[in-house]
Amino acid sequence: MTDAARDCDVVIVGTGPGGATAAHVLTQAGRSVVMLDKGRNHLLALDAPFGPLGHVSNDELKFTRRHFLGPDPLLEPRTYRDTDEDGDHLWVGDVNNLPSTVGGGGFHADGKLPRFREVDFRARSELGPIEGADIVDWPFGYDELEPYYAEAERLVGVAGDHTANPFAAWRSGPYPMPPGPDMFCATLTAAAAARLGYHPYQAPTGVNSVEYDGRPACNNCGFCAFYGCPIEAKGDPVGLLRAALHTGRCEIRPEANVTEIVLDATGKRARGVRYLDATGSVHEVTAEHVVVACGAFESPRLLMRSGVGNPEVVGRYLMYHLQTLVLGLFPFRLHAHRGRAVTHLMDDPIVPDAEALAAARAAGLPYFRGGIVEHGGAGQPIMEAVHLPAGELHSRLMLESPMRDSMAAFTMQGEDLPQATNRIDLDPRVRDVWGRPAGRVTYSPHRHDAVCATHWAPRLEAVMKDAGAHTTFWVTSPPLRAHRRPGADPTPTSRHVMGTARMGVDPRASVCDPHQRTWDVDNVLVTDSSVFPTSTGYGPTLTIVATALRAASLLVGASPTRSPDGDLPES
Amino acid sequence: MNDDTGVRFPPEAIASAAVPSFLTDDELRTLAAATDRLVPPLDDHPGAAALGVADYVDTLLGAFTFDPPRIFAGGPFSGRAGGDASFADFLPLSPLEELAWRTRIEGSRGDPAREFNGPVVGWQERYRAGLAALGADFTDQAAEEQDRRLDADPAFKALCYEHACEGAYSAPEYGGNRDGAGWRAIRFAGDVQPRGYTDEEVSGRD
Repeated sequence: MTDAARDCDVVIVGTGPGGATAAHVLTQAGRSVVMLDKGRNHLLALDAPFGPLGHVSNDELKFTRRHFLGPDPLLEPRTYRDTDEDGDHLWVGDVNNLPSTVGGGGFHADGKLPRFREVDFRARSELGPIEGADIVDWPFGYDELEPYYAEAERLVGVAGDHTANPFAAWRSGPYPMPPGPDMFCATLTAAAAARLGYHPYQAPTGVNSVEYDGRPACNNCGFCAFYGCPIEAKGDPVGLLRAALHTGRCEIRPEANVTEIVLDATGKRARGVRYLDATGSVHEVTAEHVVVACGAFESPRLLMRSGVGNPEVVGRYLMYHLQTLVLGLFPFRLHAHRGRAVTHLMDDPIVPDAEALAAARAAGLPYFRGGIVEHGGAGQPIMEAVHLPAGELHSRLMLESPMRDSMAAFTMQGEDLPQATNRIDLDPRVRDVWGRPAGRVTYSPHRHDAVCATHWAPRLEAVMKDAGAHTTFWVTSPPLRAHRRPGADPTPTSRHVMGTARMGVDPRASVCDPHQRTWDVDNVLVTDSSVFPTSTGYGPTLTIVATALRAASLLVGASPTRSPDGDLPES
Repeated sequence: MNDDTGVRFPPEAIASAAVPSFLTDDELRTLAAATDRLVPPLDDHPGAAALGVADYVDTLLGAFTFDPPRIFAGGPFSGRAGGDASFADFLPLSPLEELAWRTRIEGSRGDPAREFNGPVVGWQERYRAGLAALGADFTDQAAEEQDRRLDADPAFKALCYEHACEGAYSAPEYGGNRDGAGWRAIRFAGDVQPRGYTDEEVSGRD
């Protein structure tokens, strides 16, 4: 099917969940695919049977201190500022870095994979606007996405209990696997939450609870969030990439750094992409379609470099989640370093109750919505150690382990409202190792996010206390203005980055059309969280996979013709 | 050997990885004494000197005297919890990774390839200067005087502390955490693949 003049049918930039999903759909449909990733390959052999390489290990130093999965901030610094008034930047270094390696963000994620709710796709219509934010409806609804959610859960392998969450959207069937074992501290906090009238449930998790898709059940090693899985009990995205490779129609080229999307003479069609290999030699891959799936930080940077995407919008509407961390110290050991990183969630802050509505109105907001509350614990020893003071207190606290082994944590992934001023652009001074301008964040959360955090934090502290914590406290990331310490890292720690090439029905107000194609160059698709018009209060990964499944399926199906005013016929 | 974490540390899997590679014997002694003030022995917790933190730092500073460089340990298993031991088989670096780690360790040294955002002072130079400033007689000083000298250069103290934390609790194949004693002290089993933990160990109270 490949045109003799082209190298492949589709070239995909990025091998994370969005790119891997597109590769799976396209190769299943008989298309030939070349995948390019600027990072190294530590995930799987690129020759049949595409087994694990054995680079992944329970090694805190390698994964959390030495940038093993990339990007190395020395080679690829990013910069950050709150507003334009801050000058060029406030911070240079790691800014929301997600792995830059074959497998992308899926490599290190701990695999909490909730779906969004019906209302999340219609927030503007059903909840209404909020001053200072550009809340919009998604160009399609939950009902249209549901079959793709179900397929995403089957492909990645999600373990969960479909009856457990009273706030969940409707679904066409159960999860493909039952939940894995509960972590000890989450059994305490979930019981307390239920006592206080909340609705905790076992987290849907992309970690095998039984053997699935030829990969073993998780053996609870605990090196989960920020690590790859040494035994491949996490399915995202190794399962999808391996399936694509097995078709014989997919080639993965690691250490292939795409410099630009190459346009034809009309400027309205992409001819392919140009990239640098590990030695710095320039190559071009020509294709009928280009899929951009570099994550919501790097995708707009590539689009901007290439002159693709509505220049009034691309890079704008950057969203994270405003994370509210509520921490509880317990008088006994919790061993949260064993097993999955988070085993329970609750959606209560996403569905405003009378108290939340009253608090919103008192703050001059029509409503606010928080996010899922993750019931988890703390991490590994080096992480605890570097946060302690040097000297005798170091050794005493390492023996007592107030964080690693005695702390339970709620993380509320609060919805972050879209604002045009929050954006990624190019830093005027800082460069990456290839001599290109570094990506720069300009970001200030909407007042909504702070009001919501302030409302929920004490309520979650009450749950922690009821669970048995003797001491509780809370912080947000990014810190609220009043809590900001001079000189401290001002960047949000969230790795949920979204919105920077938003899709919509109006070509003037969006970058991508409802099929995730850029309006101006319609053979370029974006299949990552860049296209999300709103952030919702849920982790983005399952929805990245589901929307990529939809977009890639539409591409190989009866591709609708676009009418001049930008409206699309029903698919 | 067995311990209260229930994890076996077979001696052959934790043979010291330390081979003197950058610091002189005098510098190693000063560094051991200095890091012992930052991570001091207390009750069952060995201090940085006993944990081999100076060897860890020396292995890092001399990483490129080994081939492959001792930056990324191998995998998937160390042998401490079963499987074939492979952590000591360090992974080769890509050209860009080598550039980054040589810049970090050796400094940019006027090389334009390492100075795309300006000059970088490397860790080798910082340790050489920082240890010299602590004084050749550092190890002879009382604890209070050692602390005073460490406090005189907060940036160097912070660098030593970060590396002491890494050296105390990272996999022994990186040169520190001698015999896994850092993990044992804090009741942490370290790497546990392919054994893992049972569901009861995850869900139950210890």
